Amino acid sequence: MGKLKLLWRFMKGSRLRYTGAVMSIGLAALFSFLSPLVIRYTIDTVIGGGNTQLPVVLQGLAEGLSREGGLIRRLLACSSLLLLLALSAGLFTFFKGKWSAEASEFTAKRIREQLYDHLQNVSYDYHVKAETGDLLQRCTSDVDTIRAFLAEQLVEVGRAVIMLTLALSIMLSLNLKMTMVAMAVVPVIFSFAVIFFLKVKNAFKASDESEGRLSATLQENLTGVRVVRAFARQQHEILKFEERNAEYRDLTYRLILLLAAYWSISDLLCMLQVCAVLVFGVYWTTTGVITLGTLVVFTTYEGMLLWPIRQMGRILTGMGKTVVSLERIGEILAVPLETGEQEGLKPQIEGDIEFRNVSFAYEEGKQVLRSISFRAKPGQTVALLGPTGSGKSTLVHLLARLYDCQSGIVSIDGTDVRDIDKKWLRQNVGIVLQEPFLFSKTLKENIRLPKPQAGEEEIFAAARIASIHDVALGFEKGYETLVGEKGVTLSGGQKQRVAIARTLIKDCPVLIFDDSLSAVDTETDTAIRKALKERNKQATTFIISHRITTLSEADVILVLENGEIVQQGSHRELVSQAGLYQRIWQIQNELEKEVETDMEMEQDRGENVS
Amino acid sequence: MSGIEEQEYSKKFDFGLWRRLLQYVKPYRRLMLLLGFVMVGVAGIDVIFPLMTKYAIDRFVAAGNIEGLSGFLLMYGILIAVQTVNVWLLIAIAGKIDMGVVYDIRKKGFQRLQELSFSYYDKTAVGWLMARMTSDITRLGDTLAWGLVDFVWGLTMMAGIAGVMLFINWKLALVSLSVIPLLVVISLYFQQKMLKAHRKVRKTNSRITGAFNEGISGAKTSKTLVLEKSNLGEFSAITGEMYGYSVKAAVYSSIYLPVVLSLGSIGTALALWFGGRGVYLQTISFGTLVLFIGYTIQFFEPVRELARIIAELQSAQASAERILSMIETQPDIADTVDVVWKYGDMFNPRQDRWPHIKGNISFRNVSFSYKDGEKVLEDFSLEVKAGETIALVGETGSGKTTIVNLACRFYEPVSGEILIDGVNYKDRPLAWLHGSLGYVLQNPHLFSGTIRENIRYGRLDATDEEIEKAARLVNAYEFISKLEKGFDTEVGEGGNRLSTGEKQLVSFARAVLANPRIFILDEATSSIDTETEQIIQDAIRKVLKNRTSFIIAHRLSTIRSADRILVIKDGKVLEEGNHYQLIRKKGYYYRLYTNQFMEEREMELLKA
Repeated sequence: MGKLKLLWRFMKGSRLRYTGAVMSIGLAALFSFLSPLVIRYTIDTVIGGGNTQLPVVLQGLAEGLSREGGLIRRLLACSSLLLLLALSAGLFTFFKGKWSAEASEFTAKRIREQLYDHLQNVSYDYHVKAETGDLLQRCTSDVDTIRAFLAEQLVEVGRAVIMLTLALSIMLSLNLKMTMVAMAVVPVIFSFAVIFFLKVKNAFKASDESEGRLSATLQENLTGVRVVRAFARQQHEILKFEERNAEYRDLTYRLILLLAAYWSISDLLCMLQVCAVLVFGVYWTTTGVITLGTLVVFTTYEGMLLWPIRQMGRILTGMGKTVVSLERIGEILAVPLETGEQEGLKPQIEGDIEFRNVSFAYEEGKQVLRSISFRAKPGQTVALLGPTGSGKSTLVHLLARLYDCQSGIVSIDGTDVRDIDKKWLRQNVGIVLQEPFLFSKTLKENIRLPKPQAGEEEIFAAARIASIHDVALGFEKGYETLVGEKGVTLSGGQKQRVAIARTLIKDCPVLIFDDSLSAVDTETDTAIRKALKERNKQATTFIISHRITTLSEADVILVLENGEIVQQGSHRELVSQAGLYQRIWQIQNELEKEVETDMEMEQDRGENVS
Repeated sequence: MSGIEEQEYSKKFDFGLWRRLLQYVKPYRRLMLLLGFVMVGVAGIDVIFPLMTKYAIDRFVAAGNIEGLSGFLLMYGILIAVQTVNVWLLIAIAGKIDMGVVYDIRKKGFQRLQELSFSYYDKTAVGWLMARMTSDITRLGDTLAWGLVDFVWGLTMMAGIAGVMLFINWKLALVSLSVIPLLVVISLYFQQKMLKAHRKVRKTNSRITGAFNEGISGAKTSKTLVLEKSNLGEFSAITGEMYGYSVKAAVYSSIYLPVVLSLGSIGTALALWFGGRGVYLQTISFGTLVLFIGYTIQFFEPVRELARIIAELQSAQASAERILSMIETQPDIADTVDVVWKYGDMFNPRQDRWPHIKGNISFRNVSFSYKDGEKVLEDFSLEVKAGETIALVGETGSGKTTIVNLACRFYEPVSGEILIDGVNYKDRPLAWLHGSLGYVLQNPHLFSGTIRENIRYGRLDATDEEIEKAARLVNAYEFISKLEKGFDTEVGEGGNRLSTGEKQLVSFARAVLANPRIFILDEATSSIDTETEQIIQDAIRKVLKNRTSFIIAHRLSTIRSADRILVIKDGKVLEEGNHYQLIRKKGYYYRLYTNQFMEEREMELLKA
């Protein structure tokens, strides 16, 4: 029930349309059910000279049209009436089609946008853990299931119900006994349909699952094509695939045979129903219980009713899918949104940053940061060094409020970051992630994403600092080159450089490089940092890196281990202290020594050979 | 994403294409013929039922007595019985054809995919191939079987109805069916419109999928750049377009359907008007009037079906185009007729005639460029002695991988030749060389199944003992035996239940089991923990022993232990020699080495 409430919520803004669509179905059905009555009237009264009457309004119309006319005139009147009814039915069928499409498409649009918006605004943490494939499935197929349910299935069920009610009341007004005959098999057909589709659920599932295995085998073969070739295992693979292929064929054929049984039996039931109407009708017509026209009406109605009833069995059993889809979408929308947006302060930010006794844990009991305290003055560069999992990334994430710390205070210019509007904060604290995402747009568009009004000069300037300008010009289409999934493939380092340019263009007073130069080679790394220094505006900069040259140039170096700052100071201070920094520094000496021995070894070997 | 995207396709009926498809239907021509008969039978009985009603009215109602009603009932019962059997037969037969054709095309497609060379895979996304092999083939099978069913049924019934009407009263028939020409014209018009609209809907739909994909994958980045609002704006623009196109498509069909029905009722109205007059004048019977009214309604029922089939035919044609283009692609690299004659083909290899591979490899003036003209190697020569270990170092895109792929004959030289044990490898079967290769990728690919099955992939007839021996040799035994189910542990899809390091060890075991003469190692750059790294290094050393090997090397220890290091830049050998010689040169390798040295040691210190 809760799921249907959700659906009702999604339909906001299109409920009226949808109601209109349902009413149109009713009217279309009504008009198409009136047509046989006109035929009945024509046969019984106009031609047969009996006194069968039409429903009030139609009777008036028929009489008005055929006023004082002879047979031809009266026949023409009936024909025109028939046409009029058909056109009216057609008109409402059109409205039904249009409105139900508008309502269902609008609902789909609403769900899509809500999902998109919601996913953009849930916490950073959610996306760290999210499974893209599953989410994508929910946002596309599940939405489509709901759309199809509204546009096709629910409408069909509505139509069947309305038709059944209408037909039943008209039939009853004509003849009770005939109605009982005409409806005798209908419940059987309906129950048969429902029971059948419930029973063969497993056969459907078996076929679906087998198809899944087939695709999985195919996918594995295609992604592992190099392995297959390298071991020359094509024949083996072909046999494996053939097994799946045949299994799918056989299971699906079993399902088809079940369906063959279903359709032939339900056809049999329908034909029996029609036959019963015909035989009893003929009998009662000859005995004068009903008129010929009435017989025609009953046979015609039967033809109109049976198909929707048979469909209903299938649709009702398929509705479970919609509920599941609604559930899956509901789950996404139930994920809490990120808080603290557009409700906090929007101060001018200078870049004076202080951590005071900051602690953080992703899960309770697993402290990632413990009582971190340090201060960075505006324009200073802070380098962070530490083993994997020591909390470096977490520390800088707190600064951009991708996470909020649980105790202690992170402040900028003396203001607790938690009091600052999140979006405002992120506008001012530029963070370049280690694995940045480039959008399927041109290079230029990617760089100016955060600042759409940026001119070419600004874009070039940012690109030059990030050492990506020359790369861009090297492409055939220059800055207009499409990157991302559909575009050229950039190397990891190039991607990082584009991401840096993109962040620089924001002109943030605080910059964070979350190991975002890791895939850039050492020389380019140096060039980028040099260009950053030469910028006239110095931002407070945080750099996570393992490169000694990068670290050594920082104003302050923080060495983290197990979430704690174990060492803190300038290059000169740390080099003389025992610790991680010193050890890394010493690698250079090791290298020199090693190269020396290697060269000597070569000399020895050379001498030995000669 | 490009694999999923809807592609433009030709709108004209492609006769040649369908003729090429005919070979896949051919095995089922008997069933097709039978199906055709059944369909004609179904349609025929559908035409007869209203005639029965006419008979009943004229014979019993008009006459006012029910003498002979039991005979009528019997007749009707027989018709029902036959029709029931017919319906069963039609579904069973059409299903058989559907499943058969789909199975055959899939089989053929898969075989072709096993033959196509790497150059094909380089430019074709796996997603694209998946779509061809799954949904496209399904759609084609559906249309071939079920489309035909509906088509024959619809046409036969319409023809039958028209025929009976003409036979019973040709004047009334012509009057009642006079709307057909108009129907045809209107149908053609709407058909075009609807097809176009639906195509737009599908295209926009794949854009929505793309946008969602980007929105989700890029959500973290969007957050840091505060792009939430502008992203939503762009997304709304696409969903807005989707709304517009979908509604437009729906409106077209919402107009078309009532129009067809209204045309139908013009026919009914005409039948009522003229027929009614006929009844009154006693030129036709009541039964005939009822029959004509019934027929005019029934006649227009298949029109919708036919319109749908024509639309489906178009998309099935597009599917067929794509499938056939895949199946009919000729592999760039294949054994020559001479080679097949001498050594057998992939399916019937004559391995007794295959010479033993020692492992001497020489590149003689080899040039290679990709299809798009990008030159990778030019006049490249290299002699590798059996058992030698060659390390290839250089930047991404320098040509290292191409050299390896050429040596393995995954690509062939554009000019020059490659000799294995002194013979041009084109004069030997592909499987001969590939069967002697050991290939370990930096991101090892395992197949779903157990660890044992994965290792056995190296040699299908290997015993369990041999498998365990191979695992021991590459130090994989220890971690495997620690697993709950040992060698029978399921590795999951793509081997994802194992860690990268474990996957590498399994892939080493698999390669060792094959006992290859030539070993290729594309070394991982990804960081794994130090302990596993040591184990893997040790495994590599054992595997390379006594085998000709090429290593695309990143780790210093591997590079240092190679017999020969080739520094590749822009498709040329820049420096060559062993580690010590190259260090002394203080050139490109020296810089590469020192940088790598720093990186590796720094990373090592920072490993938790």
